[in-house]
Amino acid sequence: MFMLTHMITSFIASAGFGVLFNAPKKSLLKCGFVGMVGWFVYIWLVNWQYDAVISSLIAAFTIAVISQIFAKMYKTPIIIFSVAGIIPLVPGGIAYDAMRNFVENDYNTAIQLAAKAFMISGAIAVGLVISEVINQMIRKVQFKSRI
Amino acid sequence: MGNEFPPTIEVIEICLLAGKIMLQGGAETYRVEDTMTRIAASLGIPHSHSYVTPTGIIFSTDGTEPAKLIRISERSTDLYKVTLVNGVSRRISSGELDGKEALERLKEIESADYTFPVYQQILAASIASGCFLIMFLGSWTDFIPAMIAGGLGFVSFIHVHRVVQIKFFSEFIASLLIGLIAYFFVYTGAGTELDKIIIGSVMPLVPGLLITNAVRDLMAGHLVSGLSKGAEAFLTAFAIGAGIALVFTF
Repeated sequence: MFMLTHMITSFIASAGFGVLFNAPKKSLLKCGFVGMVGWFVYIWLVNWQYDAVISSLIAAFTIAVISQIFAKMYKTPIIIFSVAGIIPLVPGGIAYDAMRNFVENDYNTAIQLAAKAFMISGAIAVGLVISEVINQMIRKVQFKSRI
Repeated sequence: MGNEFPPTIEVIEICLLAGKIMLQGGAETYRVEDTMTRIAASLGIPHSHSYVTPTGIIFSTDGTEPAKLIRISERSTDLYKVTLVNGVSRRISSGELDGKEALERLKEIESADYTFPVYQQILAASIASGCFLIMFLGSWTDFIPAMIAGGLGFVSFIHVHRVVQIKFFSEFIASLLIGLIAYFFVYTGAGTELDKIIIGSVMPLVPGLLITNAVRDLMAGHLVSGLSKGAEAFLTAFAIGAGIALVFTF
């Protein structure tokens, strides 16, 4: 039940972001799907007591891989799918907590939380990059085998 | 494709227009450069150089034609236009469109408005806010407050942005309003967790597209664009944070 709620809400939230970014109407459901899978991976790993940084990395990687497959299938820019999928992973909650602690003059906690938010954003970026690198390697191998 | 290529100056115009639409729509720098080079190559200019930053594009061809510069002053997010220009570029490469048709099509895309109606955007923002609340482990009783706060925050973002052209200021006002509304709900007893409501409702303003693009640009070697987009994302996040922080200082 817990997982089901999360899957439905993340699907709607990602599709909603598709509307805000004015993604093509046909791809809204796919945006929602990408976001749902990404969030599912993240919340599943977090439930298994994995660290949020590692979970974000794996989830971002999953999102990027699915986006790349969709981009190839539907011949649309990859950004449409990956952006809507990434949004739920953005560490908004931690950044908010950090900000709140800064305002309340609790700098020690604030710096810790800010560092955590920074690490998670970095992990999302690394996840995206790894998938890009793998994609380029596959393309190169295919190109060579054609010659 | 016809036997003769269009004059170079026309090709430059096509490339710049395509680049401009894509950049204003929020495409990554490397995609803009790639598209411009591809269009130029399929219209008879195999060697072209482009330099794309978030605020301007410089495009030059090998030869006697002067390099051209185009200024990008207003940026928004419109992924549909990016997709359309991508489709035009594909059709130019495959020879379905010649120079004149492509230019007409691009001008049509530039002047058209494909965005969703404002009320749909507001609806999407408020529903997304509610869903984010649930995803961040909030309780269902806070669902409606988060929806209202997120929706009203987005409305104020759109309207303030129409009056004041500074994007950071409208984000600041929007997040300030979200904070006040959330505080009001908790104060009156309609909402329970202030933190969760604020986090959920602020999500539609979060610069997710900028962050992803900044990283991808940096990794692709477009250091100037990557850093400037990162700075924009940071300023946006700071504006949101400052708006929320102001609520807590009361």
